[in-house]
Amino acid sequence: MPDIPGASRVEISRDEVAHLADLARIDLSDAELDALAPQLSVILESIASISEVAADDIPPTSHALPLTNVFREDVVVPCLTAEQALSGAPAKEQQRFAVPRILGDEQ
Amino acid sequence: MSDALVPYDEALAAFDPAMGLEVHIELNTVTKMFCGCPTEFGAEPNTQTCPTCLGLPGSMPVVNGKAVESAIRIGLALNCDIASWCRFARKNYFYPDMPKNFQTSQYDEPIAFDGYTDVLVDTADGSEVFRVEIERAHMEEDTGKSLHVGGSTGRIQGADYSLVDYNRAGIPLIEIVTRPIMGAREKAPAVAKAYVAHLRELILGLGVSDVRMEQGSLRCDVNLSLAPIGTGELGTRTETKNVNSLRSVERAARYEISRQAAILGSGGSILQETRHWQEVSGVTLSGREKSDADDYRYFPEPDLVPVAPSEEWVRSLKDTLPEPPRVRRDRLQKEWGFSDLEMRDTIGADALGLVEETIAAGASPQAARKWWLSELARRANEQDVDIASLPITPAQVARIQALIDEGGINDKLARQVFDGVLAGEGTPDEVVAARGLAIVSDEGALSAAVDAAIAANPDVAGKIREGKVAAAGALIGAVMKDMRGQADAGRVRELILEKLA
Ligand SMILES: [Zn+2]
Repeated sequence: MPDIPGASRVEISRDEVAHLADLARIDLSDAELDALAPQLSVILESIASISEVAADDIPPTSHALPLTNVFREDVVVPCLTAEQALSGAPAKEQQRFAVPRILGDEQ
Repeated sequence: MSDALVPYDEALAAFDPAMGLEVHIELNTVTKMFCGCPTEFGAEPNTQTCPTCLGLPGSMPVVNGKAVESAIRIGLALNCDIASWCRFARKNYFYPDMPKNFQTSQYDEPIAFDGYTDVLVDTADGSEVFRVEIERAHMEEDTGKSLHVGGSTGRIQGADYSLVDYNRAGIPLIEIVTRPIMGAREKAPAVAKAYVAHLRELILGLGVSDVRMEQGSLRCDVNLSLAPIGTGELGTRTETKNVNSLRSVERAARYEISRQAAILGSGGSILQETRHWQEVSGVTLSGREKSDADDYRYFPEPDLVPVAPSEEWVRSLKDTLPEPPRVRRDRLQKEWGFSDLEMRDTIGADALGLVEETIAAGASPQAARKWWLSELARRANEQDVDIASLPITPAQVARIQALIDEGGINDKLARQVFDGVLAGEGTPDEVVAARGLAIVSDEGALSAAVDAAIAANPDVAGKIREGKVAAAGALIGAVMKDMRGQADAGRVRELILEKLA
């Protein structure tokens, strides 16, 4: 892994990757975990190097454009038909999306 | 398996309950939070969606300005500070009811925060004011609706697969979160119920939601924990969901106090978990254990720019706030001349607004109260629906009373008019005409009926002739029966007494 000058080392552990995969409901093999953890660390380090550039007087920025209050009128616009909405569904029944049962509760 | 319970009084003798209430209000905007899809309740499945609320690639959300306005007004009505700058955040989780795989919500920058509201709680000897502190009110969006198919119970355990309707996905929600409610002691469940009822009245007054619990436009999660009495600590809490009526809010809180006290009293510890209220059996059942699955990895929503309400806007919205519920109640009670008991019954029957509108439509306060609290409250009860959802308007109730006042019908006939209007037979006047309910004011017909009754009851007639006027009741009854109730009983009495004088 190349050292980025001035960047602090940020590492993501194999366990953390396994946890994230679990949250994202992605099934990763041991080999994939071994391969992904260092790759994700590289990405995190690259991001960290950007933080190094920002001086203390720069607040964390989430939006590049200096815009606020972009609102829409509360007016109905035409929506999709049920056929259109369901056209990409892997399975449908009773005009609804049929999906595998998920363990756990609704949020 | 049923949980062990400790009698309520015993639980209170050993522990102090602390509650946190999370209420979700579905706003009544005509479009969704981030797209122009309609929000009408009860539409055919998946007929109110678009690429944005289905989370299709490339779609972009735009905030509904009306929803922000409603959120600010709710915040102001709860005496909150309004954020001068705040952002939306993505709450990431994977569940089929959320097609984007994240819910657009707010995280550490809620639109409204640090408020309070004063709730009137019924007690054994009247009522008392309890201040509930509001931690925050934030904007978010609703999820789709899942139907679980297969399995024996229809609940998710044992379901084979789920069917999802996304009509509800993206409807604006305001989540109102209280600070821990401490010190309510044995009144904690009553405070919870009173708080939700109070919120409902407040929101109704603002006109920003239908707040109908049975339709899910007001939903309450009850967080509850116990701590050893007098320690002022916060114990491990459970979060009870699926609490769909005011009565359930109170019952669920009471149940959790008894259940948790049994566990703690026998040396056990409370599992931090989600529980589900069971309306029929009146218990809470264990749902999902809170774990690191609640790792939502919030981050600022990059597709929506921050919301920064100007001071002028907030001030102008403040001017639109209606009078607070307590002030309104006091004013109405004075205007109507209701006793404390009458007022309490009216509020308890959820009929304050209905009575108010009926009076505005011309009925006297007592007449308006009488019909809503006797006749209509009973029917709502029998049908197990909200009194407000009965298919009759306050104006129609006022019209029925006007018909009585004009002498067109009497109280007994009025009940049949209510039957007709509620059965969808039309307006009160249409029902009176169609059912032939008008009082017979034809003196000839009335006189003939009185003569017939006198002839058929010579003994009674004799007593009245001798001055026993009280006996007239039997003859009045006979005439009313003959006229199938459609006579003015006062006039019948007069006729009888004239004829037997
Ligand atoms: Zn949409």
